[in-house]
Amino acid sequence: MEVILNDQNFEAEVLKSDVPVLVDFWAPWCGPCKILGPIVEELAKDMEGKPVKIAKMNVDESQDIPPKYGIMSIPTLMIFKGGEVVDQMVGVTAKDTLVEKLTAQM
Amino acid sequence: MERLIIIGAGPAGYTAGIYASRADLKPLLFAGPQPGGQLTTTTEVENWPGSDQGILGPDLMLKLKAQAEKFGTRVSEETVTSVDFSSKPFKVSTDKQAYEAETVIIATGASARRIGLASETALFGKGVSACATCDGFFFKGKEVAVVGGGDSAMEEATFLTKFASKVTILNRTDKFKASKPLLDRAKENPKIAFIENVQVTEVLGVEAGHVTGIKIKNTVTNEESEMNVDGLFAAIGHVPNTELFKGQLDLDALGYLVTTGPGDVKTKIEGVFACGDVMDKKYRQAVTAAGTGCMAALEAERLLTHRSFGASENSGK
Repeated sequence: MEVILNDQNFEAEVLKSDVPVLVDFWAPWCGPCKILGPIVEELAKDMEGKPVKIAKMNVDESQDIPPKYGIMSIPTLMIFKGGEVVDQMVGVTAKDTLVEKLTAQM
Repeated sequence: MERLIIIGAGPAGYTAGIYASRADLKPLLFAGPQPGGQLTTTTEVENWPGSDQGILGPDLMLKLKAQAEKFGTRVSEETVTSVDFSSKPFKVSTDKQAYEAETVIIATGASARRIGLASETALFGKGVSACATCDGFFFKGKEVAVVGGGDSAMEEATFLTKFASKVTILNRTDKFKASKPLLDRAKENPKIAFIENVQVTEVLGVEAGHVTGIKIKNTVTNEESEMNVDGLFAAIGHVPNTELFKGQLDLDALGYLVTTGPGDVKTKIEGVFACGDVMDKKYRQAVTAAGTGCMAALEAERLLTHRSFGASENSGK
């Protein structure tokens, strides 16, 4: 299951998470985000039971956090570990690539 | 061995998939690095026949994909890294494994052209954007530049004025390729400024981690100057995605795949077909791409049917 993030729960769910977190920054009006959405959803299913968290943040609804991380293009995917950004991808990314990048952080 | 491999997941590739799977060829389609193709970075598509209420580009692509899969097209996320058409069966290698196929349909499309600067690549996603409709939102109250003089430059600039406080259109010459209505609409927009005869020579802000400005050079006087902008959008045309096929198929001077005749989808190698924007520099529409995708699938089907008959004829001699 994907965790739905907002400005309020970001710190608890992402920065203080015990496990690496992949965050999909998206918005409903962004075309490529619609293509990436189902890929991330599937990723969340595949990673069930593994020590990682898959989350998404709607940048239209939450406008405090995205600028803090310099988001100027969506979709952007970031992997957080120990409260820090350890990897970042811009644009639609294949599921296999995401699995690889997440596994590297586990 | 596959009967048909389709490379590309835009309107051309998916339409080829729909036709080929309905003909029971069980095609394998490689979606590659940009599933959905160029339409995924657009908003409303108003000229797709049958969608009188308009349809969002990404929605159209998801529907085409579902339709292709419904009839048995297998869609793989893999990206094709090399092909070998020198002998049959054809070989197609992806980032994961190697495949063999009796026929191949190339529908790799075209990608937005980049300016080609190292600083542009470094700041991609940090103020340099390839998708105005996706990223305009991040430039609320900021100043941005749009490079280009064609229809898409005018459309992007006009769209960006919804968010940006100022949009400057930078054109290489003093002639604009844009159609008159789009050019006029941009010229009448008080938020849009025009600078002619310039090219971007550097994107500034690599050390800051985001775009802070650009260096521009006047193409007539060679005079260089700097401009403060927070965002840079390039709308300077498209390049066909034909790198994979260099040396194996004929490309024209602009890099487009050459087919055996106008309105034809056959390449010089029997069994290899091309459709969509990768072979069409003239129309480049979703519906023309779908049209040639259909043609390529019908030709592949014809060849495969003919070949199996041919084989039995030969064995009877």
